[in-house]
Amino acid sequence: MQVYEAPIRDMRFVLDELWVDDGFGDIPALEEFDSDLTSAILEEAAKFSREVLLPLNRSGDEEGCVLENGVVRTPEGFKDAYKQFTESGWASLAADPEWGGQGLPERVNKLVEEMTCSTNLSFGLYPGLTHGGAIALEAHGSEDLKNLYLPKMTSGEWSGTMCLTESHCGTDLGMLRTKAEPQEDGSYKVSGSKIFISAGDHDLSDNIIHLVLARLPDAPAGVKGISLFLVPKYLPNDDGTPGPSNGVSCSALEHKMGLKASATCQMQFEESTGWLVGEPHQGLAAMFTMMNAERLSVGIQGVGIGEAAYQSAVWYAKDRLQGRSLSGAKYPDKPADPIIVHPDVRRMLMTMRCYNEGCRMLGGWVARALDAEKHSQDPEVKARATDFVALMTPIVKALFTDLGHESANLAVQVYGGHGYIRESGVEQYARDARIAMIYEGTNGIQALDLVGRKMGQNTGRLLRSFFHPVSDFIEASKGDGPMKPMIDGLEKALGALQLSTATIAQKGLKDPEEAGAAATEYLRLFGLVAMGYCFARATMISDMKLAFGTEEKEFYDAKIKTATFFFERILPQVSANFLAIKAGKKSMMALSEEQF
Amino acid sequence: MKILVPVKRVIDYNLKPRVRSDGTGVDLSNIKMSMNPFDEIAVEEAIRLAEAGKADEVVVVSIGPAKAQETLRTGMAMGADRAILVETDDEVEPLAVAKILKAVVAEENPGMVIMGKQAIDDDSNQTGQMLAALLGWAQGTFASKVELDSDAVTVTREVDGGLETVKLGLPAIVTTDLRLNEPRFAKLPNIMKAKKKPLDVKSPSDYRVDITPRLKTLKVVEPPVREAGEIVPDVDTLVAKLKAMGAV
Ligand SMILES: Cc1cc2nc3c(=O)[nH]c(=O)nc-3n(C[C@H](O)[C@H](O)[C@H](O)COP(=O)(O)OP(=O)(O)OC[C@H]3O[C@@H](n4cnc5c(N)ncnc54)[C@H](O)[C@@H]3O)c2cc1C
Repeated sequence: MQVYEAPIRDMRFVLDELWVDDGFGDIPALEEFDSDLTSAILEEAAKFSREVLLPLNRSGDEEGCVLENGVVRTPEGFKDAYKQFTESGWASLAADPEWGGQGLPERVNKLVEEMTCSTNLSFGLYPGLTHGGAIALEAHGSEDLKNLYLPKMTSGEWSGTMCLTESHCGTDLGMLRTKAEPQEDGSYKVSGSKIFISAGDHDLSDNIIHLVLARLPDAPAGVKGISLFLVPKYLPNDDGTPGPSNGVSCSALEHKMGLKASATCQMQFEESTGWLVGEPHQGLAAMFTMMNAERLSVGIQGVGIGEAAYQSAVWYAKDRLQGRSLSGAKYPDKPADPIIVHPDVRRMLMTMRCYNEGCRMLGGWVARALDAEKHSQDPEVKARATDFVALMTPIVKALFTDLGHESANLAVQVYGGHGYIRESGVEQYARDARIAMIYEGTNGIQALDLVGRKMGQNTGRLLRSFFHPVSDFIEASKGDGPMKPMIDGLEKALGALQLSTATIAQKGLKDPEEAGAAATEYLRLFGLVAMGYCFARATMISDMKLAFGTEEKEFYDAKIKTATFFFERILPQVSANFLAIKAGKKSMMALSEEQF
Repeated sequence: MKILVPVKRVIDYNLKPRVRSDGTGVDLSNIKMSMNPFDEIAVEEAIRLAEAGKADEVVVVSIGPAKAQETLRTGMAMGADRAILVETDDEVEPLAVAKILKAVVAEENPGMVIMGKQAIDDDSNQTGQMLAALLGWAQGTFASKVELDSDAVTVTREVDGGLETVKLGLPAIVTTDLRLNEPRFAKLPNIMKAKKKPLDVKSPSDYRVDITPRLKTLKVVEPPVREAGEIVPDVDTLVAKLKAMGAV
C-alpha cells in the first residue's frame, strides 16, 4: 500500500541542525525564513501532498494520459490538483518575487519538492519543467520576453517544457536537426520533430511555452551550432491572453514503463513562430542553466521515491505475518511473526533508510550552497558555493536516482510476490523511479561530467570545496571518544577517494578512456564518502543532543543507529569501487566487438 | 462585525494515539500536533463570512502551551486577521476554557463566536454550550449550515433525527459539525504573511480566571483489542450465544 507521511522531523534536522556551521548560512536576504516559518511551510506542504497528490498517484498510473483529437488529456483529478497547487503558491515557491514568486530558499524548496516526488512524481513534472524553463528564460531571455512570459509561467497559468531530444539524438545533441529561419520582424520560424518531450501537451494550463533547441541557417555543425528558442503553443494576444495556434502539435504520446500520468510527447513544430533566447549558437549553454537546476531536482526525485518506497515497505513489514524470528517467536499469540523480525528484511529496510537519510542530508548541504551562491554577500563564500554546486550536481543527480531506484526495488522485495502485483502500489515506485536515472543526462553522462569536467576544473579547485570541509571535520573530531570508529572509517574512505582521484587524473590525462572506464565507480565512491561525512556529522550532533538531554531521545538514538549501519554495512562498498577503479579499463575494453 | 474563533492544538487526526505506560494519559511526546479539525471548519466558516463581506475581522484564540502559537499561525495563514494565545501549560477543562473565553469576549466584543463542536482529543463537546450559558447568549450547535444576516444568524443543526433549523439573535455562539464546509489549504503567500500578523500572548491570570481542574483523571487505558469473531452454523445458535452473552 502506498503510505506516506512527510518525514518532517528528519527534514527539520537537515534544515535547522545539521549544517549550521557549514559557512553557507548567515544570509541576510533569507533571514525572514526562520524555523517557525519554514516549519509552517513544510507542514502545509506535507498536508497538501498527502491529501491532494497522493490520492492521484495510483489512479494516475492506471489511467495514464490520452491523446484525443490532437490534444492530450491528463488523468482524472490532475487538472483540479494543478489548479489548487498553483493557486496555493506551491508552483512559484522558489521563483523570484520580481516575477510573482515566493522567493523561498532552495533549502526549503528542495524539501517541498521531495514531498511532491514522494506522493506523485508524474504530477511534479508539470510544474517542475515550468520552473526550469522560467530559470533559463530569466537568465538569458530579452526583457520583452521576460515581461511577457515570466509572470504567467511563475504563477503556473502557463506551463513550460524543454525540447532537446530528437529521435536520432539524445545525449549527443550536436546532431540535432530542428531548424529556425530568421524573419523580418526579428522572430524565427521553427520547424522540426522532437520526441520524449515531458509535458509537451496537456490540459492543465492555458498555454504551453516550449524552450526549443534548433539550428540557425548559418549554424556551424555540432554542439556549437545550437540556439535556444522560445516557442509558445498559442501566440499571446496584445492583452496577454493566449491567441492563435502556433503550429505546435503533439503527434503521439510515448508508451512508457512508468511515469504514466506525465504526458511524454512527440512534438511537431511546423513553421512555428519563436524568439531567440540568449545569443545565436549559444543555446546549449543557455539550456544548461536550466539543466543544472533540473539535475538537482531530478536527484530529489530519487530521494522522494526512495522515501515513499521505504515508508510503504516499513508499513508492510510490520503488518505481514510470515515465519518466526530466528531468535524465537516474538509474537507467540499470533500465527506468525511480522516479517520485520527477519534480519534479511531488516537489511533491506535499513539500506533504504540509510539511502534516504543520507541523500536528504547531502541534498540539504548542496541546497544551502545554492542559496549562498544566489544570495551571499561575501564574494569568497559565493565562489566556494558555486564550486561546490558545480561539483556536486552530477553526484546528486546520479547517486540519488540510482539509490532511489534501488530503494524502490527493495520495497518490491520486502512485499514479496505481493510487491509484483499492481494493487500493492510499490511496483509503481520501481517503474516511476527508473526514468530518473535516464533523463536530464543519463547517469553515465553525469559520471563523465564529474571525471571529465568537474574533477580537473581549475586544477582541482572544485574538489577542494568538498575535500577541505571533510578533512577539517576529521581532524577536529579525532580522539578516543565513541565516534572513533566512524571517524577512522571516514578517514579511510576519504583516503580512497583522494587516491582514486589522483589515479584517474594521472591515467585519464594520457588516455581519456581510462577516465571513462572509472567514471561510474568514481561517482559512487564520491557519493558514499559524502554520505559518510553527513552521517558522521549527524552522529556527532545526536550524541551531543543526547548528552545534554532532549525530549527527542528516540529520534537521535535512531539517527545514530542508522548512521552506524551505514558505516558498518554500506560504506565498505568504497573498497569495491576503489579496487575497480584501480584495475583500470583493460578488462572492460578487452573483448573485441565481434566477441559480443 | 468581528468573529472570534477559538482553536485548540490537539494530536493530529491521522495519528493513532498511544497511551502512556503508567496510564496517566495519552503519550504526546514527539507527536505531530495540529489544529482540531472541527476548529479548522470554524476558522474556514469565519473566513468565508469575512470574504462575503459579512464580517470585518476574524480573531483566533487558543488556550494552551506556547506551541499553540503554531496553531494560531495556521489559522492566520488560512485567513484570520490576528490571534490571541492565553498561555498555560496546565490542563484546562471545558469550564475553565469557557470562563477564559468569556473574559476574552468581554474584551473583544465579537458579534459571534464560531467554534468546533468538540475537540478530538477529549471529545468533551461542552465548551460552546458552557460559554453560551456563561454569556447568556443564544447557541446553535452542530452547525451544518450558517447564514448570517445583520441582526440574526440562521443555523442548520445536525441532530439525531435529521436537520433542525434555528434562528438566533446576535450575538451568538455557533459550534461546527463536519459537514459545514471543507477547510481550504493555506496559500503559501498567506503562510508568509501570517508570520507578520499580530499575536498577543496573555495568561489566565490576566483574565483572573481560576483554571484549577475540577475533575481528576484516574486512569487512561487503550481500548481492548478486538477479539476474533466466530462463525455460527445457524440463526438459532447465534441467538443462543447472544443470550448467553446478555446481548439480547
Ligand atoms: C519519460 C521521458 C521523459 C523525457 N523528457 C524529456 C524532455 O522533457 N525533454 C527532452 O528534451 N528530452 C526528454 N527525454 C529524453 C531524455 O533526456 C533522453 O532519453 C536521454 O537524454 C538519453 O538520450 P537517448 O535516449 O537518446 O539515449 P542515448 O543518447 O542514445 O544513450 C544510450 C546509452 O548510451 C550511453 N551514452 C551515450 N553517449 C555516451 C557517451 N558519450 N559516453 C558514454 N555513454 C554514452 C548513455 O548513457 C545511455 O546509456 C525524456 C525521456 C523519457 C524517457
